[in-house]
Amino acid sequence: MHTAGVSVPLTLLGLLDREPSHGYDLKRDYDAFFGRDKPLPFGQVYSTLGRLARDGKVTVGASEPGDGPDRKRYSITEAGRTEVESWLAEPAPPEPHLQSVLFAKVVLALMLGRDAARYLDAQRGSHLRRMRELTETRRGGATMDVLLADYGLFHLEADLRWIDATEARLSALREMVRKP
Amino acid sequence: MSTDLTLAREPEPGPAVSRRSLLEARDVHRSFGQTPALRGAQLAVGGGEILAVMGPSGSGKSTLLHCLAGIYTPDQGEIRFDGQRIDELSDARRTELRRTAFGFVFQFGQLIPELTVSDNIAMPLLLGDVRRKEAYRRADAWLDRLGLGGLGGRRTGELSGGQAQRVAIARALVPQPKVLFADEPTGSLDSLTSETVMDLLVSTARAEGTTVVVVTHDARVAACAERTVMVRDGKVSALTEYEVAG
Repeated sequence: MHTAGVSVPLTLLGLLDREPSHGYDLKRDYDAFFGRDKPLPFGQVYSTLGRLARDGKVTVGASEPGDGPDRKRYSITEAGRTEVESWLAEPAPPEPHLQSVLFAKVVLALMLGRDAARYLDAQRGSHLRRMRELTETRRGGATMDVLLADYGLFHLEADLRWIDATEARLSALREMVRKP
Repeated sequence: MSTDLTLAREPEPGPAVSRRSLLEARDVHRSFGQTPALRGAQLAVGGGEILAVMGPSGSGKSTLLHCLAGIYTPDQGEIRFDGQRIDELSDARRTELRRTAFGFVFQFGQLIPELTVSDNIAMPLLLGDVRRKEAYRRADAWLDRLGLGGLGGRRTGELSGGQAQRVAIARALVPQPKVLFADEPTGSLDSLTSETVMDLLVSTARAEGTTVVVVTHDARVAACAERTVMVRDGKVSALTEYEVAG
């Protein structure tokens, strides 16, 4: 599953809303739950925590004795907690980006007299390939893996339905985009 | 998502690499009255391969399956199974081939409602002169394998849609066919049940080494297969699979 849309600051704030934590623990939990295919670099953890502290959303405790470079405990502030609450309450925007790219390619292909159906078929093949990978992942996987794979599968399936519908209407769309 | 497309492999008109073709359609044409359904369909399916056939409604995908399975005979072209032309066989020999070498699962299980679950599964074996006791022993083994243990005495009308399709899968696989043909096998099921049924179909077919040809409009069903081909306007095209960078 793509995690590019996950906000690192808000996710770290959310983890801190559970309990005060060290940077190392935050990274471990982030990677386990949200960064499964893209672990969060330590540098990004501390730079993000630094910005959150600067903005008054977390406080930094004094260094604690112990091994390792970082023994500072971070806690969420009331302002940070309010931000997490607002974020959780607000629906995520529907993701039109991929559809826009596909749509733009189809329209441009038709405008330029290229083979739009071939492009759609290539996209269909790519989607099915990814769906096959995700299907393999979910086969016998833990519940978390199954749910993450399902998220990707349902989105790819929706794209494929759009590809099918567009392919069926290519002639009409060609007429429309070629009009002066 | 990046849209940089990198060609991962060339289109495969034939079966997956290193597999000998078990089933082939060569330039197959088939019409119904004045309406052409297949117009030069070409397809090769490897032994043990799990192949999905997709395409818009009316594209000819079910007709192709019926031709491959020896249910329809082509107007023109050849169907080969294990190197042998089956379109030239007599009706009786094709019927025998379908009974011994092919299994079928359709959208609605087409089970016999007057019979019990065990009767339905044992039926192909009884028709094949397997002794009654042995037929029911093997039928019961399949019940357990497909998670239907304890349901053998029920009438098929008492089953849920998912259970009925599992019975249909058991009935199709019990004679150990070389090829399993499935036409929209999960078309009447909800999405979760559909996944369970497809997982069972694929895992049992793999375990048995059975070749599967599944016709579907459902991308999630197709994603359970190893390869997908598209049927459009009565012709088959391979789907080129690109690896999307990003």
